[in-house]
Amino acid sequence: MSNVLEIKNIEKYYGNKSNLTKAINNISFNVEKGEFVGIMGASGSGKTTLLNCISTIDRVTAGNIIIDGKDITRLKGKHLNKFRREELGFIFQDFNLLDTLTAYENIAIALTIQKVDHKEIDKKVKEIAEKLDITDILKKYPYQISGGQKQRVASARAIITNPKLILADEPTGALDSKSARQLLETFETLNKSLNATILMVTHDSFSASYAHRILFIKDGKIFNELVKGEDTRKEFFEKIIEVQTLLGGDLNDVI
Amino acid sequence: MLFKLSLKNMKKSFKDYAIYFLTLVLGVAIFYMFNSIDSQQAMLEVSSSTRDLIKLMISLLGFVSVFIAIVLGFLIVYANNFLINRRKREFGIYMTLGMGRRQISKIILIETIIVGILSLIVGIVIGIFGSQFMSVLVAKLFEADMTEFTFVFSIDSCIKTCVYFAIMFVAVMIFNTITISRYKLINLLNANKKNEEIKIKNPVISVIIFIISAIVLGIAYYLVTGGMNKLESDEQLLVPILMGIVGTVGVFWSLSGFILKLIQSRKKLYLSGTNMFVLRQLNNKINTTVVSMTVICLMLFMTISVLSSSLSIQTSMDAELEEMTPVDLNLYKTANLPESYKNPYTGKVTNYTKEQIEDSKESISYTLESNGYDMNNLKDIVEISVYSIPGWTWEKSLGDYFETAKQQFKSLNYDTLEPIIKVSDYNKLARLYGIKEYSIENDDEYIVLCDFESMVSLRNHELNKGGIIEINGKEYHSKYDSCQEGFYLMSTSHTNTGIILVSDNFELKEEWKEQEFLAANYNANTEEEKEKMNLVFTEDDSIFYKNINDKDIKLEGMTKISIIEASKGLTSMIIFIAIYLGIIFLIASSAILALKQLTESSDNKQRYTILRKIGCDEKMINKALFRQIFIFFMLPLIVAIIHSIFGIKFILTVSAVVASTDELLPSVIITVITIGIIYGLYFWATYSGSKRIIKNES
Repeated sequence: MSNVLEIKNIEKYYGNKSNLTKAINNISFNVEKGEFVGIMGASGSGKTTLLNCISTIDRVTAGNIIIDGKDITRLKGKHLNKFRREELGFIFQDFNLLDTLTAYENIAIALTIQKVDHKEIDKKVKEIAEKLDITDILKKYPYQISGGQKQRVASARAIITNPKLILADEPTGALDSKSARQLLETFETLNKSLNATILMVTHDSFSASYAHRILFIKDGKIFNELVKGEDTRKEFFEKIIEVQTLLGGDLNDVI
Repeated sequence: MLFKLSLKNMKKSFKDYAIYFLTLVLGVAIFYMFNSIDSQQAMLEVSSSTRDLIKLMISLLGFVSVFIAIVLGFLIVYANNFLINRRKREFGIYMTLGMGRRQISKIILIETIIVGILSLIVGIVIGIFGSQFMSVLVAKLFEADMTEFTFVFSIDSCIKTCVYFAIMFVAVMIFNTITISRYKLINLLNANKKNEEIKIKNPVISVIIFIISAIVLGIAYYLVTGGMNKLESDEQLLVPILMGIVGTVGVFWSLSGFILKLIQSRKKLYLSGTNMFVLRQLNNKINTTVVSMTVICLMLFMTISVLSSSLSIQTSMDAELEEMTPVDLNLYKTANLPESYKNPYTGKVTNYTKEQIEDSKESISYTLESNGYDMNNLKDIVEISVYSIPGWTWEKSLGDYFETAKQQFKSLNYDTLEPIIKVSDYNKLARLYGIKEYSIENDDEYIVLCDFESMVSLRNHELNKGGIIEINGKEYHSKYDSCQEGFYLMSTSHTNTGIILVSDNFELKEEWKEQEFLAANYNANTEEEKEKMNLVFTEDDSIFYKNINDKDIKLEGMTKISIIEASKGLTSMIIFIAIYLGIIFLIASSAILALKQLTESSDNKQRYTILRKIGCDEKMINKALFRQIFIFFMLPLIVAIIHSIFGIKFILTVSAVVASTDELLPSVIITVITIGIIYGLYFWATYSGSKRIIKNES
């Protein structure tokens, strides 16, 4: 299998010489096509910085990020925007749906800004809505639908452009447990039936247990890696808990 | 310390201040310009009688200025309020740091003072230069000699401007202190998090309302133009005005929904780029701004109508004035004065002296000569007599239509006797005036000359049927089936309510003679000489004037020079005040629109951030923002322009001005430029301000 994402020795420093913060300190890993990878870590561990660097919102200090064979650390300005628009899909914790647009329009806008033909847009939106079970709320506005539905609309928006990589930042963070489960099942659908590559940042062990592989980050470094393999989700979940206890940032700090 | 903080704040939020500053500077400049008229050079050059009018105008402008100051005051408070709201969070942080409300008020106070002083200085400097241009305009209006140009600075106006604006700033300060004292820390810190609930209208209802509003506006338009004859009283004029307002509100309430529905049905357009987003933005925002949009639109409407119609009225009045004042002098006096006369309305009895009675039997040239007037001053003298036949009144002329006319115009004196002139007499005059001559072949024919429009329409009803009239047992009829063009008294415009021309063979008795009339030109080659000769009739202390005054002879008349001065003065005065008000209205509406947009831009920041997150680049975002603001600025303007087309037509019809396209064009161009500059400035300030707001904290 080919690598969709290759991260090679990236570093990200903040501040100046006298007061240097290493948000990311030499991280390298690969994500294969069709993989569902989770990134876990306590707040301040550098996981959001990592995501920002991958999503081209932030720039790395050193190292290379290669997405689908393209080194995005070398892209600039217009190309960067184009790349982000066409090759990446985003799902955010707070949905980031436009409150003035209907669900349909919120999904469609991802395509309209890519100047896709209108007939195709209509077809695609309906197709994806069918898959994510949101056909009957397409005409509704975000304020008329539940958090889980909102996040599924956001997921539809992220996948509809057929991106190489979907980046999800705490997607279940604002959801109740039932909606969270539904959403994660949606992710599984995206992953399995649409062969979407998903990189999900979370600090919730339950959400993480849906991933195939989990990278644990602490103080800007990869601390551990867990692969689901043949485990059931329950077994995987228990392993995650174990690592977290081991990682136990909070507890260590107390001692 | 606080001073330093204030200065830093100002530097930091300079662009936020842009609209506020712009409004202040424009306000100050306009205020200075219009209040400095009296000391402008053009004023020093105009003639004395015009100067009296200008004095009147200046005192009028004083009153208007108070009104304008109130409008500007509100505007400044509003603009300032926007700034304070923008900075709620900043103040919240100061408060958490332990700063008291009093200290925050002090910071704002210092800022207000600095901005105030700065804008006063800049505004007055612009005003000083602007008033030089105004001077040229004034010169054109009052026909002053502007060959020498001197730079004028009006201290009075400067002081007045400073005082008025100082008062406004004090109001702003008081207002700010009150606002600050009401703030709660929690609200200040969370100021950015407040979310407005959005209401979405049913698009079908929008379409229906839009169509209804369009029809209402259409009817209103018809009423003030084509159907104007149906408007008989002032109160009825309220109907189209109310319809116009209701229609405008309706249009703004439904327009965005209507457009949305329209474009949604065209998928290709709707599902393209950020169109969808921009349209939804409009739809969302226009709902919350129906009232302000309507107010802005109506203000713009007034500005456009007032500016362009007042200028074109001026132009066409000039033309009419030229037409209606063909000679230098008209004189007339009552003929055949009785020994005593009892006013039928007041019951007052006037006794006439022997001298008066004797003089009234003589011609005007006799009066002139016998009272020491040098007849060499005059040339092209034409003298005629005007008669009136007992019983030949307006009522009689109107015939069967009298009853209807009386209901329509209750206040007319229908027992006014018709002035009657022999056709050959009139032709002598017409030849001098260079207007149309008439002929009457049959002795039982007469001709009605009338150019006052509403009177023409009354008279034509009877003339249409032949105008058969019985006078002293003989029957007469009109030669034409309608009123003809013509006049004998000079005036500022077409105001001849009716003269009747009769055949030279018509037996006019000597005692029917009502008026002696003389028309002549001054025997002079240059304007200066003419002006000198004119003084004999206008100055109270001329020998001739004294002589006839001693005998109490009432010789009335008008001179071309005095008619032109009076007319110019009056129209210019109206135009001046109209332009003043128009520009202030324009500033007010642009500023409100701009501030409204900026406030919304900060609310919209999040939406644009989302767009950026899902992959829109800056270019697309700026384009979307530009289109959004552009449409917001254009909508009220376009509706206002449509209103104005009919409004201007109405004004021109009411003021009885027939303006051709050629005459209208220059004034329309001037209006467009004025609006373009002011509106454009605000648009630019809004766009760049919004762009900055949206970029922040992305």
